[in-house]
Amino acid sequence: MRITPRITAALAIVVVSAVALTGCASGSAAKSTATTATIGLTAEPANLDFTTTDGAAIPQALLDNVYEGLVTLNNDGEIEPLLATSWEVSSDNKDYTFTLADGVTFSNGDKFTAETVKWNIENVKSDKWTISLKSYMDVVDSVEVVDDTHVTVKLSKPSNDWLFRMTTRIGAMFDPDASTDLANTAVGTGPYTVAEFNSGDSLVLEQRDGYWGTKPALEKVTFKYFSDPNAENSALQSGSIDAISGLSSLDSMSLFSDTSKYTIQDGSTNAEVVLSMNNASGIFKDVRVRQAVNYAIDRQAIITNSTADTGKLIGSMVPPTDPWFDSSLVDAYPYDVDKAKELISEAGVEGATIRFRIPNLANVSAAAQQVQSYLTAVGFKVELDTLEFPAQWLDKVFTGHDYDMSIINHVEARDIATYADPTYYWGYDNAEFQSLVAKADAGTADEQVSYLKDAAALLSKDAVSDWLYLESYVSVVKPSLTGLPANQLGESLNVTDLAWS
Amino acid sequence: MLMRFARRTGILIATLIVGSMAVFLLLRVLPGDPAQVALGVNATPEALAQLRHEFGVDRPLPVQYLEWIGGIFRGDFGTSYVTGRVVAAEISKRVSVSVWLVVLGQLAAIVIAIPLGVLAALRQRKASGTVFAGISQIGVAVPSFITGLLLINIFAVRLGLVPSGGWTAPTEDFGLFVEQAILPVLTIGLVQGALLSRYVRSAALDVLREDYIRTARSKGLMPLRAFLRHGSRNAAVPVITVIGLQVATLIVDTIVVERVFVIPGLGSLLFDGVANRDLLLVQGIVLLIVATILVMNYIIDLLYLAIDPRMRRSA
Repeated sequence: MRITPRITAALAIVVVSAVALTGCASGSAAKSTATTATIGLTAEPANLDFTTTDGAAIPQALLDNVYEGLVTLNNDGEIEPLLATSWEVSSDNKDYTFTLADGVTFSNGDKFTAETVKWNIENVKSDKWTISLKSYMDVVDSVEVVDDTHVTVKLSKPSNDWLFRMTTRIGAMFDPDASTDLANTAVGTGPYTVAEFNSGDSLVLEQRDGYWGTKPALEKVTFKYFSDPNAENSALQSGSIDAISGLSSLDSMSLFSDTSKYTIQDGSTNAEVVLSMNNASGIFKDVRVRQAVNYAIDRQAIITNSTADTGKLIGSMVPPTDPWFDSSLVDAYPYDVDKAKELISEAGVEGATIRFRIPNLANVSAAAQQVQSYLTAVGFKVELDTLEFPAQWLDKVFTGHDYDMSIINHVEARDIATYADPTYYWGYDNAEFQSLVAKADAGTADEQVSYLKDAAALLSKDAVSDWLYLESYVSVVKPSLTGLPANQLGESLNVTDLAWS
Repeated sequence: MLMRFARRTGILIATLIVGSMAVFLLLRVLPGDPAQVALGVNATPEALAQLRHEFGVDRPLPVQYLEWIGGIFRGDFGTSYVTGRVVAAEISKRVSVSVWLVVLGQLAAIVIAIPLGVLAALRQRKASGTVFAGISQIGVAVPSFITGLLLINIFAVRLGLVPSGGWTAPTEDFGLFVEQAILPVLTIGLVQGALLSRYVRSAALDVLREDYIRTARSKGLMPLRAFLRHGSRNAAVPVITVIGLQVATLIVDTIVVERVFVIPGLGSLLFDGVANRDLLLVQGIVLLIVATILVMNYIIDLLYLAIDPRMRRSA
């Protein structure tokens, strides 16, 4: 009798609070019909504001669907007109004059004009944007409004990269009069608006009235977010979602081998999985030791074991979809244990200890364990240390440079230029490389290709990192659903072409 | 009596204050910078400093603590660093999901555990009793995500009877709520029930050794009947204590089930909050859990005083 009242009270409290608190739960599982579709994704947006919150999930959902830029990236990685129907570049490669599409409005009815473009570009340069990617706008000197549908952007120096970056989130056009609560509301010129955002569950896009361009086929597209890959697979198998865009557990591809029920799309990405080495301190200051690592690891075996054979060898920081990809670099360091040992003894670092600090991501730890055994086989002592991602890994490795070796996938497009920054966590400081990257940006399109090819070759020669492989973007789709982008080359998951056949 | 009441209340407030300080400090000790997480890999030092200033994490700890705790007294848990939304609203939205999961899951556990445990105790020396005990041992050993995945595979993927996941509030669409809740509730019920049945078994065994059961048996009652009529109330005491503990920890422990069944509950919010170093959100959730447990105990202590006269005198 002494415990019973305690428990009765406890249960009463629980029941009462259960009844009291169930007023406002959210989340709904939409059954897909001919005008709706549900796409399964893994990483969920933290909020809707990519001007102050980093992360790929927000532009993935919103760019091209809700927000549009002057230009966009098509699924082959080429720049295409969007809000700008055409543009002219001055002879010194510094002034871009854009002709804007006519009659464009935001989803709230506000007009999109040349003034809007000027406000947006200046806004990126202001303190309103805080994410680091805003620095791609630094090269803009001024924006001049010619008339309602013409605007000239003047760069401080020629930059091939700038127009490409305008296809990413920094080029997104916001409504100047509706930009106070970007974390929760999204007003863009795109064909969809955010109808619901249920954190921990889903984001629902709904077609809006008065879209200036071609109306998409689907009325409603739901992005459903799964933190557990098995749950995502089950959802597709049981039919509660129509596609998985970007399969996170590649081992599970065999679940979807029935081609009458599923189509598998094997797409390309910009995501280089890099075995990084700290070039600025420790044993990896010595190029021979870095080369030894490159010889000591059988990358093809890692691809087979941890990516279900979908990864691709790249040999440098360039994916095959970029015009300056050089396939000869792929075989620059064939798997050769003897050669690796020779270089190690030449450098006098036999038996040295490597502090291998990796983020706690599933794909990384699988590869890391293989790397560890390859390096142990050539006589290194490898201390594998797993850090919580993102917080601890960013703190220790990325910002603190307190590491010898790490692995992470670098998903950003055209990120070879990160090697030109001596303060980046690679610690690579090479004036020749920096000048190649600078010349590539300033030159003509052809010069850009040839300079960047040289730059990629230089990285390979210096063995700055070991580029393990390029990730694939595997999607599984119901065969009757068409138009899901196969590649992931830009920042968006453009769903405007989705349709049921 | 009044003295004792005042002392109890004093202890509650003091514990809450110490608890809130512990929560606050733990998160400050944790490595990882919320500004760095928000701004990503290429953030400039200036941008980081500016954001830290906006978050207020560049100020001295006592100032941050007092501002946070002061806000709570006004019902303001602050604004999430990551979502920009009001923390209190965010938490209450998730709590409204988790409470269903916890209450229904625990009820399922009780329904499963009591017959299983009692039968295992009554048939202790028989083969069937060993089988019952074995079943519960297996249930304890299998982690809840495996149970969840198995149930999904059988009932959602192969048989297509229920959806594989998702969540709908009962007020929104009751039929869908039942369909979606059935597997996660069963998962919690099986795992917690297996654990609970071990306690039921040992509690029942203790009672069955008592003299009054022997007396009941000797007057001709069958073992089950003797236990139900004379033993069950006594066996219930320790079992109910365990149920209370299970409910308190289940609020966060449901996270695995939430992940497998894609349910936006409190556990997932806490997990994501920690990963994003969303300090105010995490502090809010942890403080809420601490406060719930403390206040529940406080109320129960007061009820003791009301119910049991001996305890009033002992003050």
